[in-house]
Amino acid sequence: MKILAALIRRDLTLAWRQGGGVGTAAGFFLTVVVLLPLGIGPDQVLLQRIAPGALWIALLLSVLLSADSIYQTDFEDGSLELMTMGPAPLEMVVLAKAFAHWLAAGLPLAILAPMLGFLLNLAPELVLPLTVAMVIGSVSLSLLASLGAAVIVGLRRGGVLVSLLILPLYVPVLIFGVSASRGALAGPDIFAPSLLILLAISLVALVSVPVASAAAIRAYLK
Amino acid sequence: MQKFANPTRFLRLQSAIQPWVVAATIVLFAAGLYSGLVMAPPDYQQGETVRIMFVHVPAAWLALMIYSIMALSSAVAIVFRHPLADLAAKTAAPIGAAFTFLALATGSLWGKPMWGAWWVWDAGLTSMFVLFLLYLGYIAVWQAIEDPARGALIARIVALVGFINIPIIKFSVDWWNSLHQPASVFRIDGPAIHSSILIPLLIMATAYTMLFLALHLSAMRAEINARKLRQMELAHVGSS
Repeated sequence: MKILAALIRRDLTLAWRQGGGVGTAAGFFLTVVVLLPLGIGPDQVLLQRIAPGALWIALLLSVLLSADSIYQTDFEDGSLELMTMGPAPLEMVVLAKAFAHWLAAGLPLAILAPMLGFLLNLAPELVLPLTVAMVIGSVSLSLLASLGAAVIVGLRRGGVLVSLLILPLYVPVLIFGVSASRGALAGPDIFAPSLLILLAISLVALVSVPVASAAAIRAYLK
Repeated sequence: MQKFANPTRFLRLQSAIQPWVVAATIVLFAAGLYSGLVMAPPDYQQGETVRIMFVHVPAAWLALMIYSIMALSSAVAIVFRHPLADLAAKTAAPIGAAFTFLALATGSLWGKPMWGAWWVWDAGLTSMFVLFLLYLGYIAVWQAIEDPARGALIARIVALVGFINIPIIKFSVDWWNSLHQPASVFRIDGPAIHSSILIPLLIMATAYTMLFLALHLSAMRAEINARKLRQMELAHVGSS
């Protein structure tokens, strides 16, 4: 447990000091949100209608883009190999690193995104449901992104491959996330089930992603 | 199953049954296409366009079945270290992607007279589309990793993770579709299917399965030969 806490602290420090962490992901998020009205037009009614979906898409792209740093540098300088030989099981190491990524990229963006909703004329009563859905959904976004990062860790140009592999897996998160975010408008009989399914997806990812990621990393270190 | 782990034995079996499989494919396609396109009655609602169903529906079935075969082979490869299982999964993927593309293309052609548009975000088409992306990702993994032994290890994980996700994606797309499009959309599986349509459909499904088997067996043979060639080249480079 102590090792894992140290690992999380190390990853957070790296994300904070190295750049490419929270700041870059948030900047990317902001850029997407600004580009969207430029592409679609400044119609306030239309923007209000697409705001939850647009914010979700911006969120999952930003989380995905910040993902390949999870294992890449550790793989290159050999510290990942040390971690596999350490006392903590690799599955737990992987989980700790995914958790650190969520703390550094997923959670801040999930809290920040609804605040930026005013740029898209987001209905004020949707801010709270959107935040709740994004905090829950970003757990599985971070976990799946870390799985993608593990699958391509030894490849020189894996960035595009991650998008192709992981974005289809984001489909359920996006659908239930958006339908939970529309909660206040859609009524409780859609809001509650969507949120619960979103939570279920995150929990399934929490259990299955570490096993798959650890297997992928072991394959590269063989 | 373990008996055919030996590639030589597999190759012998393959060359013994390949002509029969090809013959069965041709006969079944002839029978299925004739009974589907000529004998089956036109639909009272859709007219002659309903005949697209005989090429569309079996392709969609096969697309799902081949992904299941890929996942099953990957699981067998993990559990039993069956040397041909990874090959089976790898060679099945492009064939499955082709069937998925066929299902998408014929679905789109069918959609034009039915819905008045080439593409409608219907639940079936959408989840087929995601399945197509999963196939592409799996194929891309094999191409991105140079060492085939390592590629096999990674591809297994990708295939199994995708397989776990297919039902979740299907469920989520159905949910999404029912939220956005109320029941006004035309349903393909309306009332019970009459036997004059069902029988040609089943013949076509068997024909598609035989076609897959023929393509898959010869693709596996080609892959085994490619591996042999690679080994010989490596040995040659090593000795000189």
